[in-house]
Amino acid sequence: MAERPNDARAAAPPAEVAVEVAGLHKWYGDFHVLRDINLKVARGERIVICGPSGGGKSTLLRCINRLEDWQRGRIVVDGVELTDDPKRILAVRRDVGMVFQQFNLFPHLTVLENCTLAPIWVRHMPKRAAEALAMDYLARVKIPDQANKYPARLSGGQQQRVAIARALCMNPNIMLFDEPTSALDPEMVKEVLDTMVELAADGITMLVVSHEMRFARQVADRVIFMDEGQIVEIGEPESFFDHPQHERARLFLQQILH
Amino acid sequence: MAAISERAFFYLRRAPAERLPPPAARAGALGWLRVNLFSSPANIALTLLCGVGIVWAVPPLLRFFLTDAVWSGSDRAACLAAPEHPMPGACWPFVRVWFSYFVYGFYPTGERWRVDLFFVALAFGVAWLLWLSAPRRDIGALYFFVVLPILSFVLLHGAPLIGLSVVPTALWGGVLVTVIVATVGIVFSLPLGILLALARRSDLPVVRLAAVMFIEFVRGVPLITVLFMASVMLPLFVPEALAPDKLVRALVGVALFASAYMAEVVRGGLAAVPRGQYEAAQALGLTYWRTVGLVILPQALRVTLPNIVNTFIGLFKDTTLVFIVGIFDFLRTIEAARADPHWAAPTTSVTGYAVAALFYFVCCYGMSRYARGVEARLARAGRR
Repeated sequence: MAERPNDARAAAPPAEVAVEVAGLHKWYGDFHVLRDINLKVARGERIVICGPSGGGKSTLLRCINRLEDWQRGRIVVDGVELTDDPKRILAVRRDVGMVFQQFNLFPHLTVLENCTLAPIWVRHMPKRAAEALAMDYLARVKIPDQANKYPARLSGGQQQRVAIARALCMNPNIMLFDEPTSALDPEMVKEVLDTMVELAADGITMLVVSHEMRFARQVADRVIFMDEGQIVEIGEPESFFDHPQHERARLFLQQILH
Repeated sequence: MAAISERAFFYLRRAPAERLPPPAARAGALGWLRVNLFSSPANIALTLLCGVGIVWAVPPLLRFFLTDAVWSGSDRAACLAAPEHPMPGACWPFVRVWFSYFVYGFYPTGERWRVDLFFVALAFGVAWLLWLSAPRRDIGALYFFVVLPILSFVLLHGAPLIGLSVVPTALWGGVLVTVIVATVGIVFSLPLGILLALARRSDLPVVRLAAVMFIEFVRGVPLITVLFMASVMLPLFVPEALAPDKLVRALVGVALFASAYMAEVVRGGLAAVPRGQYEAAQALGLTYWRTVGLVILPQALRVTLPNIVNTFIGLFKDTTLVFIVGIFDFLRTIEAARADPHWAAPTTSVTGYAVAALFYFVCCYGMSRYARGVEARLARAGRR
């Protein structure tokens, strides 16, 4: 991924801050699901978000590409402030790749078509070029031989790697991973994490909701601990996992480490 | 207890278990009969019951429509009971004589080649569109949705400029009208139904409300009422000169009616597509319409294809109701012909209705078979 060709972003130099979240509040009905979130993610930074379920981790991630909206606060992604303006939302989504817990591959399209859909219809790439690009990324996630199969024929780990390749085909500046290994059989977790580690080595900005501690230690620049809709603690992985400061984080780490 | 601990309490496999082919099924016709028809007392009883039903129903039908049927003659006399012919069967000469009326209605005899040409052009377009591995189906679609309607209008209605005299729609009838009403209904109801279904799931309350009101109103009213309103009430509000043709009004009525049903069918398919599919498409930066067109609808229509075809079949048979506003569809031409005193015989009506039943059955069963073929093909593709 040395080159990032051809789009409007090339005109403006990329902002130093990839994602800025300021004073974010979100409610589901009466339920205050995100409370006063403030976060700056630098370009190229790798962030792992962990915490008990229901703590708002996924919701925060999904706000960053506006799959969820919010009632108060602001989010700026690569210099574009997200508002209700559909143009801005689309611009941000084109710039931000997302990988879901349940893969969400398109079952009626082959692996290759899954990967070329957005480059062809969003980036208006010629079909040939899109296919070449997709094959590149499928080779990077080590499944070029599955390109003409339908997703249902692939294992969970392979499907998730296709999902990563599909997101990468849009040449995103930022990648969001929403519990990418939680739905996988244990023996498939590693292949997906390995792919993500390689991706991290390329210097792409990553926000990962995950409980994979080894991955976090290996890759993350910072670990964010969220609970009950708030950011409770932010730290470097070593210090966070070895010496969590907040009582809640200590309890949580005890739970997951037994 | 002892047996368990000896055999499985601690265990280490030392040689892999052999991989065996599945046991052979009981072969031969006798084996098949035993498994499928005589496997249990209830099954035996049902088999015998069906056998009795077949023996009871099939021979009389064959006798009436084939062996005892009258095949030649020029008027009712041939189809009446006679000493050498005490129980005459179906009166086929009646069908032969009236056949062209069944197909064309009152369309002028000298101009009927235009209708034939229309049938050929339509069959060509339908085949191009429905044959899934046909070459250049994009041109096929262009032909079907753009060229064919214009061509059909010029052919059937006429264009004095190029020497085709105008044939008013009041003269159209028979299979011609049935095919037109059904085709227009099918071709318009699917896209309209999709739009209504999408509107019903829209985030915009006004759009949603309008769709719900339309769908619920149309579904709550019988087709006959819709046709009456289109044909009788419209002229009360619109000056006669501006009111569209009677057939056009019926076409609009049928298409709107069918689209309300289609909307509900499509809505079911849309609901079957998981939310994650929308999110994945949106996260890739696809616009709403591309998300719908490229990701959601292909899956939704696939799920609901049997229901869509079911609606088409219902619509095809509902076209018979246009007779209520004075349009001579296929069934109405048979109705008219069987009243002909020249052919008045006890078997005339039955013969006419049998022809109608056969026609509708062949068309509807054809649709059903085609849909099953497509389903099988989609299922194969999904497993590839």
